[in-house]
Amino acid sequence: MSVLAIIENWEGEFKKTSFEVLHYGKRISNEIGQELIALTFGANNPERLEGYGASRIINVSNLKFETTTNNNLAKISAELITENEASHIVISNTITGKTIAPLLTSNLNCGLISNAIEHPKTHTPLTVKCKGFSSKAHITYESENQQNIISIVPNSIGLIEKNDEKSEVLNINQKSNLTNEKMKILHREKSNEKISLADAEIVISAGRGLKDPENWGMIEELAELLNAGTACSKPVSDMGWRPHSEHVGQTGLAINPDLYIAIGISGAIQHLAGVNSSKNIVVINTDPEAPFFKAANYGIVGDAFVVVPKLIAALKNFKN
Amino acid sequence: MNILVCISSVPDTTSPINFTDNNQSFDKNGITFIINPYDEFCLTKAIFIKENKSATITVLNVGKNTNDSVLRKALAIGADNAVRINQEAENSKIVAKCIVEYCQDKNFDIIFCGRESIDYNGGKVPGFIAEKLNLPFINGCVGMDIKNETMELKREIDNGHEICESAFPAVIAGQKGLVEEKDLRIPSMRGIMSARTKSLEVIESTINIENNIKVIHYEKPIQRSECKMINEDNVEELVDLLNNEAKVI
Repeated sequence: MSVLAIIENWEGEFKKTSFEVLHYGKRISNEIGQELIALTFGANNPERLEGYGASRIINVSNLKFETTTNNNLAKISAELITENEASHIVISNTITGKTIAPLLTSNLNCGLISNAIEHPKTHTPLTVKCKGFSSKAHITYESENQQNIISIVPNSIGLIEKNDEKSEVLNINQKSNLTNEKMKILHREKSNEKISLADAEIVISAGRGLKDPENWGMIEELAELLNAGTACSKPVSDMGWRPHSEHVGQTGLAINPDLYIAIGISGAIQHLAGVNSSKNIVVINTDPEAPFFKAANYGIVGDAFVVVPKLIAALKNFKN
Repeated sequence: MNILVCISSVPDTTSPINFTDNNQSFDKNGITFIINPYDEFCLTKAIFIKENKSATITVLNVGKNTNDSVLRKALAIGADNAVRINQEAENSKIVAKCIVEYCQDKNFDIIFCGRESIDYNGGKVPGFIAEKLNLPFINGCVGMDIKNETMELKREIDNGHEICESAFPAVIAGQKGLVEEKDLRIPSMRGIMSARTKSLEVIESTINIENNIKVIHYEKPIQRSECKMINEDNVEELVDLLNNEAKVI
């Protein structure tokens, strides 16, 4: 028996969420007294996962996350999970994680608990608290399955310090014959944002209050100053002022950064659904009655065109 | 082309979310149920395909007869026929099993599902179906172009987009982008009238329910403490609070 953590990487490099998954897996491995195995694909330096509690690190070195279909990633993961008799499988709720997890669950005929925001409460049976109802509720699930996959919401589980323990690092080649060639990846278009919204610890978001797509310069300047990602409200993306990939809210992306700054967004319930679990929310709006103030930690009533330049100046001062 | 669109019935976005039975059940009192918004993008795309290339669109729901109203709406928008599998949709596995069983002998070219439902947000059903039917799975699909024997699909990934090619049939989990918000259709009077004459077939479920995942507790997230208001002439205070109190910059 073992605990297996599927560790995603981006062009071979690990990110914060990779280590969150290891942390989550390590806690389970301690609690149930089974070893932790890390599984990754095409990592440039699988050794970087050492010191976070995995006794073994398996790197399928001839396949990459970027060029292998999710169907095939799931198929190969399933074989390795079975080979290592993993009872608990942990994966991050990134887009790739969200795609692989149900394929894998169906393949293994095990249980899937998705959107976990806490470590398991109990192990027999397994119970885990998760996010639901577009962040309007927390739901605790109980699984009757012996084998379970848990997918965790990025930025909700903390990190652990690296220690000096070594792991056995195995670089292996794909063994199975991949028969599912009914689909192939043609290419990937990387967005030109410097920081992807999924990774951003700080997000600067703006809405219709900005009046014109030409006015986004100050938002981008503020974002750059804070090393933040940029997002927008639904009307702004519907009008084509900003790309769809920036739309956060009910039918867009759900994010939970450490800091979310909303500028010229009234805070309709559909918008809150995507950002409500941000750890800190700042709202800047001309309308003191904007519903967003009720969901914020800090608020400024004022015109974005006055407040944002002042904030940029104050932050520059602070940085110096 | 034979298209299936799986439809969930979900609480309207603006519905108050409350729980009963000692926080073990979702309180359906006073809730308006709608077509899951992600499913509606898929249904609209299916209608576009039908208008361009001709297709038959079947909408399917797993649930009790309280869900018939959303199926009727889907028919009024433009689906050709509706199927409801009479089974309480207790969890994603049950729903997926019902859909897989229904699809076995139907020869669908495209199986559309919304990327996730806006209530439980699991996003599990489309992947479960794809794996059980051994079909390509395109998750988070934001664009689709049908060629002769294949289709070219655009899907959202963490830092951009992926373009892939798939044979038919395939399971496509769609979202906004597949069609735009402005493309969504409001049922016309003619649509509503003709929906009455379209078939809504009810099939009894025969699946085994085993190894469940069930909800044991619901709660609302802890409310934020009152919003601290800062004067617009004193943004330095905000910087100070973000640094010293929130410790995020």
